[in-house]
Amino acid sequence: MSLTTTASKIDRLAQLTAKTETSSGSSLWREAMRRMRGSKMAIIGAVIIAGFVLLAIIGPWIAPYGPAEQTWRGEVFSNRGQFVGARAENWFGLDHLGRDLFSRMLVGARQTLLVGVVSMLIGLLIGAFVGIVSGAAATLGGKAGRRIDDAIMRVTDILLALPSLLLAVSVAAVMGQSLTTVMIAVGVVQIPVFARLLRGSMLAQGGSDYVLAARSLGIRKRRIVFTQILPNSLSPVIVQATLSLATAIIEAAALSYLGLGNPDPAVPEWGVMLSAAQRFFDNEPMMSMYPAVGIVITALGFTLLGEAMREALDPKLRG
Amino acid sequence: MSLLELDGVKVHFPVKKGILFDRTVGHVYAVDGISLKVEAGQTYGLVGESGCGKTTLGRAVLRLVDVTDGSVVLDGTDVAKLPEKELRSFRRRLQMVFQDPLGSLNPRQNIESILSEGMAAHGIGANQDERRERIREILAKVGLPANSLSRYPHEFSGGQRQRIGIARALVLEPDLVICDEPVSALDVSIQAQVINLLEELQESMGLTYLVIAHDLAVVRHISDVIGVMYLGSLVEEAPSDTLYEEPLHPYTRALMSAVPVPDPEAEERRERILLTGDLPSPANPPAGCRFHTRCPWAQPKCSQERPELTDAGGGHKVACHFTREIRSGELPMAGGTAAVVIPAQTTQEPESAPETETPVAPKEEAPAAPEAETPAASADEAPAAPKAETPVASGEGSEEK
Repeated sequence: MSLTTTASKIDRLAQLTAKTETSSGSSLWREAMRRMRGSKMAIIGAVIIAGFVLLAIIGPWIAPYGPAEQTWRGEVFSNRGQFVGARAENWFGLDHLGRDLFSRMLVGARQTLLVGVVSMLIGLLIGAFVGIVSGAAATLGGKAGRRIDDAIMRVTDILLALPSLLLAVSVAAVMGQSLTTVMIAVGVVQIPVFARLLRGSMLAQGGSDYVLAARSLGIRKRRIVFTQILPNSLSPVIVQATLSLATAIIEAAALSYLGLGNPDPAVPEWGVMLSAAQRFFDNEPMMSMYPAVGIVITALGFTLLGEAMREALDPKLRG
Repeated sequence: MSLLELDGVKVHFPVKKGILFDRTVGHVYAVDGISLKVEAGQTYGLVGESGCGKTTLGRAVLRLVDVTDGSVVLDGTDVAKLPEKELRSFRRRLQMVFQDPLGSLNPRQNIESILSEGMAAHGIGANQDERRERIREILAKVGLPANSLSRYPHEFSGGQRQRIGIARALVLEPDLVICDEPVSALDVSIQAQVINLLEELQESMGLTYLVIAHDLAVVRHISDVIGVMYLGSLVEEAPSDTLYEEPLHPYTRALMSAVPVPDPEAEERRERILLTGDLPSPANPPAGCRFHTRCPWAQPKCSQERPELTDAGGGHKVACHFTREIRSGELPMAGGTAAVVIPAQTTQEPESAPETETPVAPKEEAPAAPEAETPAASADEAPAAPKAETPVASGEGSEEK
């Protein structure tokens, strides 16, 4: 008896002295954000991405020329190996059809970002849905649930076993040549990755004590999945989403490079530009350098941010 | 009628093997036929070494694991056979306090959310304001600061987290609270606080506890009745004082003899029974009495017939064929292969007597004695090793393998 009253006295004392500590409490997400702010990797990544997004938004307005304008057609003769490099009125020089490369890069940023984000979202949303169904069935569905989970996982295994580019090319081949095709093709490749990841993460959380506690409290299963298991399973998926933005951009570039991207010259995309430039790589290497470097830097930005997030969300490093 | 009655409860887990299709190749007999009664307002303590099935039994009562056979009757309702839908609302009456205070709290929910979750599931409190009021009351009862509501589990200390776990169970006003190793994850100084808190709450709220623990002192302090488990079944059950004064089952005697006595003279004279060997696998339990492989009194009958839990007088129940004989001393402690017994008169023990071989005994310091003329040292150091020259001090048959 006296012990507990002493304890409550100590607690009260702690309450009075701990003025610096906010009484509102800090959630794990907030702590992760705090750690992200202290990480150089996260800041560099965020700055790159912010710059890229800004370009994607305002690019078409600040571009000095139209992306399809062939203003300097008479100066470039690709069959004779005559190109125009960087100069005062064309910062990045001209492409093989006499179009301003700088303007095309600016306008193309939007398409590239769009491909990355949309295909990642396709993979994330469908993959997460499959993962939640599978993970919930496996953890709380009993015998029948484990069977459902087994069936779903065998299907994702098949998808994972296919080489991703091959899968994307076959999707693109079925749907024809367009930007939408590229997005869907790249997105489909990501579905099994997200599904497996989320399911595995949910399975790990499903066996934890707090889920057992929630069950013994008599909370409904659906609620356990969405308030207990899912919030704790999301961090690897968020990290994967960031990282997969980078791979989606590269993979979209690869598909465009293979000639499956948008053929419309008025809508430039970095991958398509890279694909077009490689024919003239011997005579004018700089022409392929701009989109290539653009893709690499953007992918790097997303990777840095993703890695920083992974570290910030890792419960083992919480301090 | 008792509040909780277990009758022949069995929990068997299938062992599966197979590459493509799972095949059941055997069972782990985690809980193998346990019957016990817990009276309202009392505390039933369940002790046993790790792996004996006590946690599984606790989970079976809550039906967090499926009961293979037998019944778990709480206040007239058989929990083991309750349909899933009714089970969910019935769970309000049965709550659990977990061993790992941090692991059992969702790290992404704040305290208010953790505590109101159960109330919302059972429709207690019309709205969040009413629930918050109740949470404030219960937080005060378990001794947590009132500003805890919006904080998260990782911001509390171990003892405070366990208080949160207790508050979460109590806020639903359950009839029975199962405490699964409620203090074993806490510092010793905090253990006492939490134990006292549990007792206070029992008094003020009229709670009934089923406490599962491996710490004999904790269980003795808190329990009215104690059951001793060994390999999935009860070997002895008695009111706590009776059990500690006169343990009857050989396993309980070995357990009790491992507890040091805080009186050096008594400590020097008391009899100690050192069990050798490990707990047999619950997937392949020994035939007959489960304990006969390690029992110093084992007889041929013990490996053939499984003893029932029978009353040896005064509510003291023992599952042993030879309770009376062992009690009166008729049956000598002959099972030299299984244990080494150090009789009371052995004062010439070496200081370095290590007892790490015994799985149940905490490390004890044997009284200091001149080492020169004690060949007993060898028998003490390796109780299982046969030594021809072991003197009479180490028991009659300890050299036979």
